Amino acid sequence: MGNLTTRVASLELANPLILASGIMGETGDSLLAVIEAGAGAVVTKSVGLEPRKGYGNPTLVELEDGYINAMGLPNPGIDAFREEMRVACGAKVPIIGSVFAATAEDFALLANRLQEYGAEAVELNLSCPHAKGLGMEIGVDPGAVEAIVKAVKGSISIPIFAKLTPNTNRLMEVAEAAVQGGADGIVAINTLRAMAIDIEARRPILSNKGGGLSGPALKPVGVRCIYDLHEAVGVPLIGVGGVETWQDALEYIMAGASAVQIGSAIGRKGLGVFAEINEGLSEYMERNRVKSLKELVGAAHE
Amino acid sequence: MVRVSSVEREGEGMCTIRFPLERHVKPGQFFMVWIPGLDEVPMTASFVYGEKGITVREIGTATKALCSLKAGSRIGVRGPYGNGYDVLPGRALLIAGGTGAASLLPVAEFIGDQKQVDILIGARKKGELIFVERARKQSWEVHVSTDDGSEGMHGTVVDLAKRHAQKRTYDMVYACGPEKMLAGVVDFCKEQALPGQFSLERYMKCGSGLCGSCVIGGKRVCADGPVFTLEELAKMQEFGGWKRDECGLRIKL
Repeated sequence: MGNLTTRVASLELANPLILASGIMGETGDSLLAVIEAGAGAVVTKSVGLEPRKGYGNPTLVELEDGYINAMGLPNPGIDAFREEMRVACGAKVPIIGSVFAATAEDFALLANRLQEYGAEAVELNLSCPHAKGLGMEIGVDPGAVEAIVKAVKGSISIPIFAKLTPNTNRLMEVAEAAVQGGADGIVAINTLRAMAIDIEARRPILSNKGGGLSGPALKPVGVRCIYDLHEAVGVPLIGVGGVETWQDALEYIMAGASAVQIGSAIGRKGLGVFAEINEGLSEYMERNRVKSLKELVGAAHE
Repeated sequence: MVRVSSVEREGEGMCTIRFPLERHVKPGQFFMVWIPGLDEVPMTASFVYGEKGITVREIGTATKALCSLKAGSRIGVRGPYGNGYDVLPGRALLIAGGTGAASLLPVAEFIGDQKQVDILIGARKKGELIFVERARKQSWEVHVSTDDGSEGMHGTVVDLAKRHAQKRTYDMVYACGPEKMLAGVVDFCKEQALPGQFSLERYMKCGSGLCGSCVIGGKRVCADGPVFTLEELAKMQEFGGWKRDECGLRIKL
């Protein structure tokens, strides 16, 4: 068996597969189900200050190569989330708490609460592509991102990961600003702005009209972002976007990711995808006499 | 999108919508039904052979809109989704509460042997009993109950099951209905030492196993369910007790 352990900032993971935010992460029990399926860490649904219903249905469009979604950040709010964290933290893998907010102060407050609940790291959602005044609307402004990360840094002692959007020509600047503010890692990428129109109804299918594209269609975009980020910033990277097979995971790792996140593949292939990718990675390492996954991180760079 | 071929009243406040759809559907699976500009809602397939169908109880804006559709109207249909019932050989007992009959009649049609399936249908009152005649075509033993005694046995369908099962044996119980009723069927199965399959309902957003809105005890109703076994239900602390709203907050059933 190849050694699949990896390190992201101060987090030691038994394997490089992390559950992406927004997938099965709203309840403690479902986080446990994903851990049982073999995830090396899990990211919670993004949590805000207050309970939030999200958008009305349809919130999802299925495509051949992925999904377009506009859930609208539904979540039970930080107070009620304590109970979900209590359930999830019973497991032995790190729980990464994801937060969204409109101001740096609120980000800091939420991150602090998640640390108190037992999160081993926080992921800042600076990239949801379809929520007014939240997510990527602030995540494309390097100054705002630096201020947010700095405020969060001052309120917690666990690692901070900034999840960034590809919907900007300033990704590198934003990433550098996050690092400047004290980010311990960069997560890239969130979904790409997208839309599907039903030609018979002659209208966008999603109730929010626009949404975010995920799944295999997104993978080449994500791999490129991680490759560029590896050359631009010195902090650990977590790759996300269309990982469904061990080959996909390896592409991200060779581009420079220390770990990868898995989301859409759970809907398309089922929870068995974690065990399947881990097995494939392990066999690849054995075949190629790679002792540690760490040797492969960034291997595609000269 | 599909073109609705018929909309028929089905008892008080309910209707059945039929539409052509060239996809294989298992009894117990469901569709995500889109009413453009309004909503998209999960609906159990009430007809899985020939023209597909859904049976809707008017409870909110979306379901009222569905029941006001006419032949020729267009709706979006995603799916089918979910595991469906695992219909096993042997004698089956179907226990339906309210619109739960919509999910179970396809099971009887799948079995296709009047001697091998007994069907119990319960509702609050006579006007809300559905698919009784359809059931009689599939089974020699069809019995009904109403909470107010206006038709069949006076009592719940769980009481009916207890009375009916005294003289018979079954290889599998299939049940669908309100969760409080299902909790009663679970107790019934335990008392009689019968295995059972139960179709559950939870607030659902994506319907595709992604978002986690419909999780109960770590299982996704849309992807791991909606049909769960007695053993799976035993591990779900919230079964019969509480569900979650659109925010994911717990609410009592």
